[in-house]
Amino acid sequence: MKECKSRILAGLILALSTPLVWAEYELNLRQGVTDISHQVYDLHMMIFWICVIIGAGVFGVMFYAMFKHRKSKGHEAAQFHESTTVELVWTTVPFLILIGMAIPAAKTLIAMEDNSAADMTVKVTGYQWKWQYEYMDGDAKGVNFFSNMSTPRDQIENRAEKGENYLLEVDNPLVLPVGKKVRFLITANDVIHSWWVPDFAVKKDAIPGFINEIWTKIDEPGVYRGKCAELCGKDHGFMPVEVVALEEHKYLDWVAEQKAAGQVAAAEADKEWSKDDLIAKGEGVYNKNCASCHQPTGAGLPGVFPAITGSPIATGKIEDHINMVMNGKVGTAMQAFGAQLGDVDLAAVITYQRNALGNSVGDVATPQQIKTKR
Amino acid sequence: MSKISRSRNPGKTSFRLALVVIAMFGFGFLMVPIYNVFCDITGLNGNNKNTNTVASNVDYKVDENRTIKVQFMSSLNSGTRMDFKPEVFEMEVHPGRVYTTNFYARNPHKLPMIGQAVPSVQPAQASLHFHKTECFCFTQQKFAAREGRDMPVSFVVDPDIPEDIETITLSYTFFDITHTAKNSEQNKLPDGG
Amino acid sequence: MSAVMADEHHEEHPKGITRWLFTTNHKDIGTLYLFLALIMFFIGGFMALIIRAELFQPGLQVVEPQFFNSMTTMHALIMIFGVVMPAFTGLANWLIPMMVGATDMALPRMNNWSFWILPFAFTMLISTLLMDGGGPAGGWTLYPPLSLQTGTALPFVIFSIHLMGLSSIMGSINVIATILNMRAPGMTLMKMPLFVWTWLITAYLLIATMPVLAGAVTMLLTDKFFGTSFFNAAGGGDPVLFQHIFWFFGHPEVYVLILPAFGVISQIIPTFARKPLFGYSSMVYATASIAFLSFIVWAHHMFTVGMPLAGEMFFMFTTMLIAVPTGVKVFNWVATMWRGSMTFETPMLFAIGFIMMFTIGGFSGLMMAITPVDFQYHDTYFIVAHFHYVLVPGAIFSIIAAVYYWLPKWTGHMYNEKLGKLHFWLSTIFVNLTFFPMHFIGLAGMPRRIPDYSLQFVEFNQIATIGAFGFGFAQLLFLYIVLQTVRGGQKATDQVWEGAHGLEWTLASPPPYHSFTTPPEVK
Repeated sequence: MKECKSRILAGLILALSTPLVWAEYELNLRQGVTDISHQVYDLHMMIFWICVIIGAGVFGVMFYAMFKHRKSKGHEAAQFHESTTVELVWTTVPFLILIGMAIPAAKTLIAMEDNSAADMTVKVTGYQWKWQYEYMDGDAKGVNFFSNMSTPRDQIENRAEKGENYLLEVDNPLVLPVGKKVRFLITANDVIHSWWVPDFAVKKDAIPGFINEIWTKIDEPGVYRGKCAELCGKDHGFMPVEVVALEEHKYLDWVAEQKAAGQVAAAEADKEWSKDDLIAKGEGVYNKNCASCHQPTGAGLPGVFPAITGSPIATGKIEDHINMVMNGKVGTAMQAFGAQLGDVDLAAVITYQRNALGNSVGDVATPQQIKTKR
Repeated sequence: MSKISRSRNPGKTSFRLALVVIAMFGFGFLMVPIYNVFCDITGLNGNNKNTNTVASNVDYKVDENRTIKVQFMSSLNSGTRMDFKPEVFEMEVHPGRVYTTNFYARNPHKLPMIGQAVPSVQPAQASLHFHKTECFCFTQQKFAAREGRDMPVSFVVDPDIPEDIETITLSYTFFDITHTAKNSEQNKLPDGG
Repeated sequence: MSAVMADEHHEEHPKGITRWLFTTNHKDIGTLYLFLALIMFFIGGFMALIIRAELFQPGLQVVEPQFFNSMTTMHALIMIFGVVMPAFTGLANWLIPMMVGATDMALPRMNNWSFWILPFAFTMLISTLLMDGGGPAGGWTLYPPLSLQTGTALPFVIFSIHLMGLSSIMGSINVIATILNMRAPGMTLMKMPLFVWTWLITAYLLIATMPVLAGAVTMLLTDKFFGTSFFNAAGGGDPVLFQHIFWFFGHPEVYVLILPAFGVISQIIPTFARKPLFGYSSMVYATASIAFLSFIVWAHHMFTVGMPLAGEMFFMFTTMLIAVPTGVKVFNWVATMWRGSMTFETPMLFAIGFIMMFTIGGFSGLMMAITPVDFQYHDTYFIVAHFHYVLVPGAIFSIIAAVYYWLPKWTGHMYNEKLGKLHFWLSTIFVNLTFFPMHFIGLAGMPRRIPDYSLQFVEFNQIATIGAFGFGFAQLLFLYIVLQTVRGGQKATDQVWEGAHGLEWTLASPPPYHSFTTPPEVK
C-alpha cells in the first residue's frame, strides 16, 4: 500500500520533472550488443518476473489478511500455529524454483568463462585514474596508448554547460573490430580497479600484480561507454571507459593511422622546441595527467598531494625535477610518468611546471634531455 | 539472591567463549596459509607454489600432437620505472617439452635497484600445469645503475593439462623493492648502494 | 501494584553522572546503548545527507571527491558499528534478562566496560576526519592497496575497529552467558522468545567473525607499518586474500545486522495479530540455517575478482540457497497474520513495513546471487539500493518498531500514537523515495561511490536526494516522540498491549531496577 503510494509519487515527480533533452534516461539493464549481454539481460528479466510473481502472491495474501482479519471488523483470532505440511511445501517449492533458475544461469556462466579461441588480445591496465590499452597481437600489434577522461574541468566545476557524454568521454578510446572474439587481459598498476562496459556485460577487476582474463565479441558497430566500477581513490568517478567498435576495414584504417602517428611522435622528439611552445604544450599535458592531484592551479591538496607552486622540486635543480616526474616516488601516489609519457610531453610538462603555476625558474627541459635519462 | 546463577556457571561459559574468540582471531591469520594451500591445490589466483618455485621433476613424455599457445606479458607496478619486455609475445609449444624464452629488463636509473617480478598465470587452472625450471621471479633481481640484461625463463607444460586449455598467459609485474629490500643484510646492493 | 514493589526493594544506586558511568545494571546499560545508537544515527545520517546533497546535481558542488569518499566510508562504518549493532545490543540488554526471567545480565561489570569502550572508539574514528590527509576514504571494506594510501588516519581507524570489535565480542559473551545460565526454571531453550533465540545465534556469529575482522585489519596495519606483505603481491601476498578474509567476517556480519530484527518482528506480529507465532520451531531452525549458510557464501561479494568457474558456481548455488530459510520466515509471519484479529498500532505498522520492504531487498539479493547477472549489478547503485532496503526499512525499521513496542514497558508511559503513526508514514514514503530510484540508476549503469555522474542519471538522483532529506528530518520527529515519552505521558499498564505474551509483560511498567529477584515459574 505505502509501497505503491510512494512509487506512484516517484513516477509522478519523474513525469513532471523530466526535461525532454534528457529523454534518454533508462530504468533497466541494457540489452547490450553481444550474445552474452543478451543472455544476461534475459536471465535478469526472468528472475525479475519470478520475484514479481512471488512477491505479488505473498503480499496479496498479506494484504488480504490485513483487510479481512482485523479486529475492527470483529474478526476473531484463530489459534493455529503450526502445520508440517504447509512448512514442507513452502520449503520445497522455493527450492525447486531455485533449481529452475540455477540451470540457465550456470549455462551463461560457462559461456562467459570460455576464453578460448580468441582472435585478438588486448591488455588493459588500470591506473589512478586512467586506463592503458595495449594491443598484444593481430593487425594492431604494438599499438599502445593511455585513455584519459576528456570532459573539461570547467564542466565538472559547473563553469560550463555539461556535454552529452559528460564523464563518459575519453581522449583515446579503445577501438575494436566487430565480429571478432577479443580477449582482454586485465591488470592494474597501483590499486584495484574494475573495467566495465555494460553493453558487453563485461566487468572484471584489475588487480595489481595479477592478471584476469575476460572476452567479448561485439555484434554491432558503435560507441560503447562504461566506467571504472571499483573504488580506486579520489577520482574513481572520473575514469570512464569508451570503446569504439568498427567494421573490419575501418578498423584496419584506424590501425594504419595509429602506426603512422607513432612515427610522427618520434619525429617530433627530434625537432627543436622553443620555451613557449613547450609551455603551451605542457599546459595540456599537465591538466590531463597532473591536475587531478596537484590541482589545476598547482596548489595541491594540503596533507595529501603537495603543491607545485613554490615546491622545492619544481623550483630546484632541473635534474631532480626530471627525476621525480619520470620515476615517481615509491610509497606515494606519485607515479613514474617516464613509463607513461613520451619525451616531448615530459619535457613540456616539466617546463610548464617550472615557468607557470606561479613558478618562474626560467629554464627549459628539452626532449633530448629526457631521452638521455631513459 | 538468585538460585539460578549459582546452580549454573556463567564464568565457565564466558571462559569457553573467550577461548573461541582467541581461536577465531588465530583462524583469521590461519586463513593466510589456508588460502595459499588452497591456491596451490586449485590454482585459484594464478600465482602459487608451482609458479614461484623450481619444478623438480619435468621428465614428461612430449605430446607432439598437441600444441598450446603460451603468451608472455610484462607490467610495472606504480612507482617502478624500468624497461621490461618479453622477447616474444607468444610461442606455440608441445606439452612435455622444455622451452626457454627471455625477458629483457633494464634499470634506467643512476642508482642501483632491486626488483621483484611477480608471476601470474591465466587461466588460473593452468598455473598448476605450467612448470618452470628456471625463472628470474624466483629471486630478487639486482640491477646496477643503467644495467640492462636478458633474463631467461624455462618452462614446460604438463602433458596432462586439461583438454580445454588452448592458451596460457604468463604475466610478470615488476615491483621496485629497493627501499624495502635494503634493510636486510643478504640484499646488499651489487655496487655499494 | 508492582511499581510499589519496586520501591520496597530500595535498590541503592548512585544518582547523576556516576550512575551512568559506573552502572552495572542491564537496564541502564541498555538505555546507554540505545541513546548512543540514536546519537550516532543522526551523525551518520548527517553524513548521508552530505552525500545526497553532492549527488543532487551532476558536477561538483558541495564537497571535494576525497572528502566525499570519506563520507561514504564513515557513513557505513558509523551506521553499521555505531547504530545498528549498538541498538541491537541495547535491546538485548534491556530485554533478554526480562524475557528469560533473570535479575540482570550474567556479567554486569563486563557489560559496563563493553559499553563505555564505544564512545571512545567513535570519538577516535570521527576525529580522523580532522587528521592530515583526511579520514579513511577507501570504503568501509578497507580493500588494500587503496586503504593503505590512507594518511595519518589509518592506524586510528584500525584501532577504533579493534575497540568496536572488542566491545561487541564482550557484549556477545555476556548475551550467551546470560541465555545459557540465567534462564528461569522451566524456561527451556525451545520455550524462549524468538528475540532471545535470534540474539543467541547472532552472538555466536559475532564471536566467530569479529576476531577474524580484527585479524584482517591487524594484517593491514602490519603491511603498512611493519613490512609484512600479506596483501602485497611484491612480497608474495595477494590483495584478493584480504577480500576473502574480510567477507568471511562480512557476510555473517550482514546477518548480525538482520537476525535480531527477525527476532523483534517475530515478537511484534503475534502480539498485534493476537495469535501465536506460526511455526516457532521452523523459525528457530531457519535462523540457525541462515547463520550456517552465512559462512559459506562470502565470495558472492567478490564475483568480479576473477575466480575459477567452479568457485563461481559454488558461491552462486549456496547464495541462492539462503532464499529458502529466509522465505520460510516471511511465509511464517504472513501465516501468523492470517486469520488473526489485527490492530495496527505503530509497532505493527513498522513491522509490516519491515516485512514488505525487507522482502524487496531480499528479492534484489536473490537477483544478485545469479553470478552472470551479478557482473552487471556489482558495484552499482543496484547494490546500494539492495543493502539499504535490507538495512534501513529492514534493520532500522525493526529497531524503531522495537522502541515503540517496548518503550511503554521501559518508561511506564504510552507514546503519542498519532505522532507515531505520522512518523511511520513519513518514514515509509521517504525511505522508498530515497532508495527505490536507486534500483533504476543502478541498472542503468551508475557505479557506487562516485561524487559525480553522467547526465542520464539526473532525475532519479534528485528524487533520491529529496527522499533522503525527508527521511532524515522525519527522524527528528522520532527523537521528539521518544523524549516526550521518557518525560511523561499516559500511564502504561503492565501488560501494555492486549495481545502481548512473555515474561517481560508480567513485570511492572516501568520494571523494577533488578528484573526478577525471585525467578518466575515458566509452565
